[in-house]
Amino acid sequence: MAATTPQVTAAAHGHAQKGMDTALMGMMLFIASEIMFFAGLFGAYFTFRGQAQVWPPQGFEVDPFPLPAILTVILVASSFTMQYATIAIRRGDRTAMNRALAVTLLLGLIFLAGQLYDYSNLPFSIRSGVYGSLFFTMTGFHGAHVLGGAIGIFVVLSRGVSGQFSKEHHVAVEAVHWYWHFVDVVWIALFFTLYFLR
Amino acid sequence: MATTVLPRATTYSRSRAYEWLTTTDHKKIGIMYVASSYFFMCLGGLLALGIRTQLAVPNDTLIPNALYNQLFTMHGTTMIFFFVMPMLAGFANYAMPLMIGAADMAFPRINALSFWIIPVSGLLLFSGFAFGGAASAGWTSYSPLAEAKYSGIGQDLWILALLLNGMSSILGAINMLVTIFKLRAPGMTMLRLPIFVWTVLVTAVLLVFAVPVLASGLVMLFIDRNYGGSFFDPAAGGDAILWQNVFWFFGHPEVYIMILPAFGIISEVLPVFSRKPLFGYKAFVLATVSIGVLGFGVWAHHMFATGAVYLPFFSAATFLISVPTGVKMFNWVATMWRGKLRFTTSMLFAVGFLISFLIGGLDGAFAASTPVDFDITDTYWVVSHLHYVLFGGSAMAIMAGTYYWFPKMVGRMLDERLGKVHFTLMFVGLQLTFFPMHLLGLAGMPRRIAEYAPTVWQPLNVVATIGAFTIAASMLQFLWNMFTALRRPADAPDDPWDANTLEWATSSPPPPYNFERLPEVRSERPLFDLKHPELRKPATAAAVVVSPGSGH
Repeated sequence: MAATTPQVTAAAHGHAQKGMDTALMGMMLFIASEIMFFAGLFGAYFTFRGQAQVWPPQGFEVDPFPLPAILTVILVASSFTMQYATIAIRRGDRTAMNRALAVTLLLGLIFLAGQLYDYSNLPFSIRSGVYGSLFFTMTGFHGAHVLGGAIGIFVVLSRGVSGQFSKEHHVAVEAVHWYWHFVDVVWIALFFTLYFLR
Repeated sequence: MATTVLPRATTYSRSRAYEWLTTTDHKKIGIMYVASSYFFMCLGGLLALGIRTQLAVPNDTLIPNALYNQLFTMHGTTMIFFFVMPMLAGFANYAMPLMIGAADMAFPRINALSFWIIPVSGLLLFSGFAFGGAASAGWTSYSPLAEAKYSGIGQDLWILALLLNGMSSILGAINMLVTIFKLRAPGMTMLRLPIFVWTVLVTAVLLVFAVPVLASGLVMLFIDRNYGGSFFDPAAGGDAILWQNVFWFFGHPEVYIMILPAFGIISEVLPVFSRKPLFGYKAFVLATVSIGVLGFGVWAHHMFATGAVYLPFFSAATFLISVPTGVKMFNWVATMWRGKLRFTTSMLFAVGFLISFLIGGLDGAFAASTPVDFDITDTYWVVSHLHYVLFGGSAMAIMAGTYYWFPKMVGRMLDERLGKVHFTLMFVGLQLTFFPMHLLGLAGMPRRIAEYAPTVWQPLNVVATIGAFTIAASMLQFLWNMFTALRRPADAPDDPWDANTLEWATSSPPPPYNFERLPEVRSERPLFDLKHPELRKPATAAAVVVSPGSGH
C-alpha cells in the first residue's frame, strides 16, 4: 500500500556524519589537483633532463650548501611544528596550538625570505635557457604555494587567537595542516631533484 | 509562557536580480550554467558560420586569413571550454544533488564561485577581438606557433582565460565529488546511484587529475611568451613536442570529460522512455570507470604523426578503450530492445546520439590504427570525427537533457511539436555538415585552411555549409521554443515523463533545499519503487524467491 510506504523526512536526510569531514575531503581533493599541477612541471623537467647530454648545463650547477640545505631543514621543521599544533588542538590545548602555529608561520616566512635571497645570488635567471626557466618556474611556483599556505596559517592563527577552535571543532586547522605538509613534501622532492639528482 | 511570533525568514525578500546574482542554490546556479552555455554556444556557432561561409566558395577572400585563424581557434575554444564543459557541469549541478536526495552541493559558495568564473573568463577570452586580434593558434595552441614570435596578445588572453576556466572546473569537480561521497540520502549506496551521477563522479575525477596538468602547460607557455622562458620554443633550446605531450595529457581525458556526462544523460533518458531499467547497470558503471582509467593512457594518439611517441602502446591502448565504449553501446541498445518506446523529443535526441556517436566512434577506431592515421592526420577526416563525437555525441545528449530536465528546471513543458521539428532539422543538418568532411579528408583537404583551389572539394564544402546553416536554423527555432515556453504559465507536473529518479519526486521546480519528503531508496530507481509498491520483494523469508524480471 502506498500509504504505508516508508518515507524519510527532509530533516533526517543527507549530511552523513560518519567518515571524513566534508571540508577536509575537499582539501584532500584540492591537494590531489595540486599534485597534478606539480607533476606537469616535474614532467617537463625530466623530459629535458632525459634529452640533455650534460645536466645541469655548464654554468648552472647550483650548490645545495649551505643556504638551500638550511632552508630545507627550516621547512621540514615547520612541518613538525604544524603537526604539533594539530595534535595540540585535537587534545583541546588552544594555547599550545597558537604557539605552534605562530612558530610554523615564522619558519615559513623565513623560508620564503631565504629563497628570495638565494634567487638574488644565483648567476642565472629565468631567461637563461631551459634550465633557468625550469629552476625558477618550479621553485617559484613552490614558493607561491608556501605563501598560500602561510596565509592559511595566518588565518587559522588569528582565528585560534580569538578562540574559535576547540577539541571538537577545528577542521580549518586540520585542512591547513594537510596543505602545509603538502608544500613541504613538494619541496623535498624539488630539493632532491634540483640539487642532488643529476 | 507567552508565545512570540517570529517573522518567517522567507518573507524577507530582495529583488529577483539580486537573488540570482547572489544565490548559492545549486538549482539556480545550474540554470545559470545552462543559460550561459547556450549563450556561448550561439557565439561559437556564429564563428562556425563564418568558417563555413568562407569555405563554401574556393579561393574565397571574404574573410582575411588572419581573421579566419581567429575564427576556428575561438570556435573550438568556445565550444569546448564555454559550451560543452559548463553545460554538462550545469546539468550535474542541477540534477545530481536532486538525484542523490541532497539539499544542496557540499560547498554552495564555492559552487557560486565556480559558475561566476565562467562569464569572467569568457569575457577575457573574447576581449582579444578588441585588443588587436583574438587567439589564432588553434584550440590546441601548438608551439612554436603559440609563442610570442608568432602570436599576439590574444594568445595571452587565451592562456589566462583557460587558467581561470580550469580553476572553475577543478573547484566544481571537487564540489561534485564531495557532494556524491558525503551527501547521499539514506539508502543511496554507491551501486544505487543513478547512472548520470556515476558518470559525473568519474568525470570529476578526470577533471581533478587532468586540468591541473593543462594549467602547468599554460603557465610554462605564459612564461615563455612574457618572461623570456624557453620551454617550448626549439629556437631557444626548448621542446615543441613537450607542449603536445602536456596538452594532450589533459586533452585526451578532456574528451571523456565532455562525453561521459553525455553518456549519463543518455542512460537516464533511454530507460525512462523505454519503460525498462538500464540494461547491465553494474557493467555500465565498470565501463565508465575503465574509460576514466584508460583515458589517461591514450593521449599520444593525437601525436602519432610527430614520430616522437611509442606507437604500439598508444595504438593498442586506443583500441582497448573502444571496448568499454562498445559495452555502453550494447547497454543502450539492449535497454531499448523490446521496450515500450515513447518517442518524445528527448528520446529522439537520445536515439540520434546513438547513431551519430556510433559513426564518430568508428571514425576513432580507424584513426587508432597508425598507418591509417598517418594518412588522415590533420585532414578534414579528423574534423569530421571530432564533430561526430562532440556534436553528434555531447551536443545531441545536451539537447536530450535539455528537453528532459527543462520542465523540472522552470516548471514549464517545451513544445513537443516544435521539438520534433528541431530534432529533424538538427539531425539532418548534423549529417549534412559533418559526413562530407569524411570524404574531404580522404580527398586530402587539410584542416584549418582558409581557401582552396576549385576541385572536387568544392561541392562537398557546399553541402557542409548548407548543413551548418540548417543547424543554425534549428537552434533559432529551439531558442524560440524555450522563449515561448518561459512566457507561458507554469504547467509542468512533478513527474511528466513517468521517470525513475529522485529529482522527479519533488515539485517542478523544486522548493529551496529540494525535498519535503524523501522516498526510501532501495534501488537506483527510487521513484519507480515508490510508484510500484506492488513490485517490492518481501524483505524476510520470501526474499529467497528469485524474481526472473530483476536484473540485479
